[in-house]
This record gives sequence, C-alpha cells and structure tokens, in this order.
Amino acid sequence: MKAIGLIIVVLVGALLLYSTEDFPSWGDPASPASVHVAAHHLKKAIPETSVPNVVTAVLADYRGYDTMFETSVIFCAGLGCFVLLRLFKKRDDDSYYRHVATGITLHIKKDKIPDASSEFERIDTLWTPYDLIVKNVCRILAPFVQLFALYVIAHGHHSPGGGFQGGVILGASVILIAISHDMRTALGRISEKTVHILMAVGVLIYSGIGALCILMGRNFLDYAALSRILFTDKIEARSLGIFGVEVGVGITVMAVMISIYNNLSSEGRQDEGL
Amino acid sequence: MNHHYPVLIVTLPLLFAFVVSGTAWVKKSLCFPLTVAGMGLSAWFSICLLGQVATTGPVEYRLGGWAMPWGIGYRVDTLNGMVIAVVTVLAFINLIATRKTVVQETPDKTGAFYSLYLLFVVGLTGILVTGDLFNLYVLLEVASLTSYALIGMGNGRAPMSALNYLFLGTLGGCFYLLGVGYLYIMTGSLNMADVATLLPPLFKSSAIVMAFIFCMAGVSIKMAFFPLHMWLPNAYGNAPTAAGSLIAPLMTKVMVYVLIRLMLTIFSVDFVFVILKMGPPMVWMSSLAIAAGAVFALAQKNLKRMLCYIIVSEIGYMMGGAWLGNNAGMTGAVLHIFNDAIMTLCLFLCAGSIYYRTQGLEMERLKGLFRKMPVTMACFVAGALSIIGVPPTCGFFSKWYLISGGLAAGQYAFVAALIFSSLVNAILFFRVIEISYYGDFETHNAHGSSGAAVMESPASMLVPLIIVSTGLVVVGLYTGGIVNHLIHPIVLKAGFSG
Amino acid sequence: MSDLVVAVLGKYNYWLYIILMMIGIYAMIAKKNLIKKLVGMNIFQTSIILFYVSIGCKKGGTIPILEHSPGHHMVEPAHYINPLPHVLMLTAIVVSVSTFGVALALALKIYRKHKTLEEDEILMQLRPE
Repeated sequence: MKAIGLIIVVLVGALLLYSTEDFPSWGDPASPASVHVAAHHLKKAIPETSVPNVVTAVLADYRGYDTMFETSVIFCAGLGCFVLLRLFKKRDDDSYYRHVATGITLHIKKDKIPDASSEFERIDTLWTPYDLIVKNVCRILAPFVQLFALYVIAHGHHSPGGGFQGGVILGASVILIAISHDMRTALGRISEKTVHILMAVGVLIYSGIGALCILMGRNFLDYAALSRILFTDKIEARSLGIFGVEVGVGITVMAVMISIYNNLSSEGRQDEGL
Repeated sequence: MNHHYPVLIVTLPLLFAFVVSGTAWVKKSLCFPLTVAGMGLSAWFSICLLGQVATTGPVEYRLGGWAMPWGIGYRVDTLNGMVIAVVTVLAFINLIATRKTVVQETPDKTGAFYSLYLLFVVGLTGILVTGDLFNLYVLLEVASLTSYALIGMGNGRAPMSALNYLFLGTLGGCFYLLGVGYLYIMTGSLNMADVATLLPPLFKSSAIVMAFIFCMAGVSIKMAFFPLHMWLPNAYGNAPTAAGSLIAPLMTKVMVYVLIRLMLTIFSVDFVFVILKMGPPMVWMSSLAIAAGAVFALAQKNLKRMLCYIIVSEIGYMMGGAWLGNNAGMTGAVLHIFNDAIMTLCLFLCAGSIYYRTQGLEMERLKGLFRKMPVTMACFVAGALSIIGVPPTCGFFSKWYLISGGLAAGQYAFVAALIFSSLVNAILFFRVIEISYYGDFETHNAHGSSGAAVMESPASMLVPLIIVSTGLVVVGLYTGGIVNHLIHPIVLKAGFSG
Repeated sequence: MSDLVVAVLGKYNYWLYIILMMIGIYAMIAKKNLIKKLVGMNIFQTSIILFYVSIGCKKGGTIPILEHSPGHHMVEPAHYINPLPHVLMLTAIVVSVSTFGVALALALKIYRKHKTLEEDEILMQLRPE
C-alpha cells in the first residue's frame, strides 16, 4: 500500500508541477485572476454596497448565495454530529460525587444515587481536579470573550471579521465554561434544545432575509428590496442587509460549535465529558 | 412569480429543512407533514419550470440582482430542467414511501433525519440549476456532507463505510475545487458561460488540460466510475433504507449530469473530443466498468449489494454514452440519467419494502416472497425488466440509443459490454425471481423472523411503488417526446459531428 | 539551468502547495490509523486553500479594505490584493471544518463499536460477518 501510495503521489505531483509552467508568476498584478471579476468588485464595492471591506461585500452580497449554503454546510455538520452520535439512553454506571463542605470524593453505586442536594456535587467519572482559580478566571473571562465576539460580528464591514469569526468566538466562550467547569454547568447555561433551535434560527434569518427580498418584489437576496422597510436608500439597504445575514451566520456558527463540542466530547451522552 | 421558479426549487426545501429541525424539539409529529410540504412544493415548481423551459427556452436568474459574471447566476435549459424534475419528484415519492421505515429504523431522530433529507435534495437541485462553478462545489459539499451523515446513521458496518465514502468523497470534491482553481487562475472568472467564452484561446495551455482532468477525476470519484467505485456498494448497501433509496438513485445520476455539463457547456465538444481525443480511452474504461459491475453483481448474496453493483455498471452505460462523442450516444446518456433514476428507485423501494417485513435481504430470505408480498414482487419484476431492457419499459429505449451510438462510433467493445451486462442482468434478476417464486417460505424460517409476520407491506409503501413502476412503462412510451423536445435541443446544439 | 531556477523561484508558491498536497494524499493512502488519515485529509484540503490564497496575492498590494470617504470612489485595483479567492476560501475552510467534524463523529462511532481506530483491525473484526 505504501509503495502504491508513493507511486500515485509522485505521478500526480509531477503532473501538477508540469502544469504550473503556464501559470502567471506569483504576485503578478496583471494576471487574469486579478483583472477580470475581482477588479470589478474592488472598483464597485463602495459605490454599490457602501461596505469598505471588499471581502465582506463579496462574501455577503455579490456571492451571498454561496455564503448562505456555506452556513447550511455548517448546519449540516452540526446536525450530522447529532444524528451520528447522540444517544438518548442514560449512562447506567456508577457515579462520583463530591461532598461540598469537606471536598471528599465519593464513589456511589448506580442504584444508590442521591437526590439533588446542595451538600453533594456530581463530578465526572474521569476525575477532573477542582481548581478554584481556573474556574473563576474562566467564568469572569467569558462575558468579555462574548463582548469581543459581538464586536467582531458587528465590525465586519470595516475590518477583518464577520459572522463566522464572531460566531466561533461566541461558541468558544461557552466551550470555555464547559472545559473549566463541566459539561453539566455549560448545559445549564444553554441547553441542548436551545442550541438546536438557535442553529435553525440563524440560518432561517439568512434565508428568510433572502425570501423577504422576493416578497418585496426583487430577486432572492437582493437586499436593495429592503430599502422600503428600512427607510434608507438602496445602497445603504445593501449594507444593512449584509449586517442582518452576518448576525444570522453568527448565531448558527455559535450554536453548531457548541453542539459539535458537546456531542464529540461526551460521545453523544451529553452528561459528562472533557 | 414565474421567473422565481429556479430559486424557489432550491430555497423552499432549504427553508423547510431549518423549520423541520427546529420543530423537532417542539412538536415531533409536525416534522413529516412539513417535510412533505417542502418537498412537494419543490417538486411542483420543478415541473412548472420544466414546462416553462420547454416552451420558452432557457431561463436565467440573477441571485442578489447582480449581473452574471459579477454575481452568482442560475441558468436552466431543458437538460437540467429535466433532471431537476426527475430528482425532486422521485425524492418526493421516496419520502412518502419510506415513512414507516424511518420510524422503524431511527425512531428518536426522525426530525433530524428529515432535515438532512431535505438538505440533501437542496444540494442536488442546487448543483443542477447553478450556472456558477464555485457555487456547484458548495452545493456538492452540502449534498455529500448530508449523505455521509445519512449513511452513517445505519447499523453494523455503516459508520465504517460512511467514513470511507467521506475520505474518497472529500478527495473528489477537492479535486473538483482544484480544477475550478485552475480555471479561475487562467480566466479570472467563475461563471460557467463566461468561462466558456474565455476558454477557446487557452485550449492549448497545459493548465487548462489539467483543469479538465482534475474536474473529471473529482466528478468520477463522486459518481463511482469503475476503478474508483470501491466506496459505493458498502456505503449504499449499509445505509438506512430511506437514505439508501434516496441517495442511490439520485446522487450518481446528478454527478453524471455535472460531467455532461462540464463537457458540453464549459469545455466544449471541440476541446474534449478534437483537441484532447479523450473519447476512445474513456469509452474503453466505461466498457470495463459495465463488465466489471456485472461480474461483481453476480457474486453478491445480498439483494441490496447486488443492486449497488448494478449501479456501478449503469454508471458505465452513461459515461460510455457521454464519451462516445456523437449525437446518439449523448442522447442515450442523458435519457439514461432520466430512466436509470426511475428504475433504480423502483428496485430500491422494493428492497426497502421487503426489508421492512423480513429484516434482511440475503437471497435465501427471499424464498416464497411472491406469495407473501405479491404487489411488491410484481413491481420488482417491472423494475428488473427495465434494467434488463425489455421493450415497453424505459430501460430498453435508452439502451437502444446507447447501442446505436456505439455502432455509429465503431466502438464494438462498448456494444459488446452493453449486451453482456444485459445478459448478466437477466441472469441476476431471474435468479432472484426464481428464488422468490419457487422457494418454499415455511421451511426456511431459521432466521428469527416468524413466517406468519411476513405479509404485504402497508399501502403507504405500495402506492408509491406502483406509481414508480407504472412510471417505468409510461416514460418508456413517451420516449419519443422526451428525446425530441427535451434532449435534442441540447445535444444538437453542442455540435457533435455524427 | 538558470532559466529553470528563475522559473521555480518565480512560482515557488505553486511548488509549495503541490508538495503539501502530496504529503496529504500520501497520508490518506498509506496510513492505517483513521485519525492519521483524517489529518492527511486536512493537510490536503489546506494545501488547496493555500493555492487559492496565493492566486489572490499581488506584489505591492495591501488588504482589500478601502477608504470610506465620501466623494472618493476611484479605486485602483492593482493597489489591493484580490478579494475573491479569500471569499472562496472562507467557504472552503468552513466546508473542510464541517467535513472534519462529521468525520470525527464517524470515527468516534466506529471507536465505540470496535474499540480501535486501526483500519486493519476493524476490517478483521468485520470480516466474519
């Protein structure tokens, strides 16, 4: 197998190298890729959409339809992990509890699990150390992380950033809680049901804005149609439409990141994990 | 409203997919009706669109209102109009027919299953309508990702087969993406029509040749063309019933469409057949694919795996027809996309119906089924006759075009492979029919399923099955109309010499 | 000989992406461990992303974020790097992350059933069926 692999790799590599002779050299400003469609986008981005970050303008407007499906791909991944891994059976092994006042860890047989009380706290089977500093630092940090994420989403028009990046940071803030405390704490903050509904809501916002444009009498995702309900001119409406879809993207990406983390780290049981 | 049809076909199931996945957490019983509504609307609009395209010519749609090379555009002519109609209608029929099996096999995840089902159809229809090379890649990945998840839901070997499919599928998708990158670096555009106008001066460039080879390699992996078919029988054979009968008939056919679209619209017939002269070697490969698929099918002991190898062989039919490089061959290939989707669905639905009652598809379990499940087995015979190519059914007509194309091109090996595989198919299906007709049910009950429990499937499965199997004959009878009104306008315009 | 050196140096971005891509494909074919295969797949996808991003590069160009001053609408495209490949690669990155997520889920499901991630051991377990 290794020999076959090596032969295939060398052959394909040689073919690829041979084909580079017709390519423009690196960084050539006159290459076809730089002068045809992309140049048009660079020239027209501000007059047509009033978004100075051309990457955002192309991503969410000129090629906004791709981005809608890109968000759908993320959604599919979240749903795929759920479908493949989620087990609705409860784990029936023994559990571990900590006596809060003394810090003693107790191993409790499966049929003698105590009712919820403030004296005992359940801990993961694969024991994680109880660390006051890590827990509190992460808890205090989480809101700032989320604030930064909102900034990244909202400032995508003027600087690198946008829905995907901001959404990932938002998701990371929840995952941080799950890692520093345990999964049950994170699930207490944002439950599985909420995550799944948010996943759908985010993409619905995106495609819903697209469908709204049809209802307002123009083509799918033609944000200029929204100028009548946003009370702005058509160019400003495009800018606002881009912001609307970025918010949708952010919500979906956040929810999917949390869902994938929860399912992967707990092998689909969503009770304890990493 | 009329001019929104192309986008509605894709985005309505998309919207419904999200609604279904959200609803699953609130009220589970609403999931199935919502899915039916989304799929039904999409199927209805695609039929309307086909009517519109057939009467008034190709339809274009600008997404976001941007003119073509700057934004993403849809372009629908009779070729993709026809394939969209068959994809959405068959997906709708399959949805109705497999309701019971979904409840039986994935009881606690039906909402997510239906959401993925809709997203898979969105991926396929998006591939079909789009006029943008990169948009095609994104939707290809939507369709692939959902199919990995749907296949992986099965039991037993399913996750391993799904992972193998994922490796090869990703390789295929990336090769296609690389091909698109080569086209982009040489032309600076991603719009299919724009690329087609920019390409002719570059035909001699080695980068364009590589772009073509990589696009072809990527698509061939995704469609399971013979030496690259290893993933298909395991993946489709182990998938849950509803997912198998959705993905197996549709995915490979859509990939054949992509190949034909790349050949005819983007790289033009001149480039493919006159400059590269890729026709004859590819027809040889296809003949090999047909023969190999047939031989492997003979060795199978499981009905569904046998059907999977028949798909491998059918892919060879369509690839060979497309690479023959003449009118009859291309007509046969396009017609076979249409027909093969229907007959594969018919056979997979029969297999699903049998599995629903017997919980197994090994050959010896089929004994005596003719008495227990007469309607299912009658439909199975109809599908089998169509695959073999017996006259009133549609399979005969596409095979006829393929054979006459092969004779016109002088590719006798391809003709021989077609006839060989028809004979093998005849043997295969008569073996199955013999076992299920003459075998004695009561004496072979050692498999755990009690004989008394095996009876005809519920009406919700039988009615769609009967519709599909009558469709086989109806489509066969209307072949002339389909060829003259839908296929010839595309194929004759492509500029084949013969 | 010097022509060849110039040709290689002027296009070394393509050489690098091809080398990375071959490493990825080799890992996918030759490695037996499923996770190693997945890593190979990721390297392979990343190489294509690098290829696209290097298409977008322009000598002397800056990032494509324009001045937003009223009345100043004349933009010289040669001064900004090409935004289109970056947009395309944002999509491709998302696709590769999603594929990786689903692949990990499948690998985990396989591990749950077979208690191993070595491909040959899994096939050994599957064979008797």
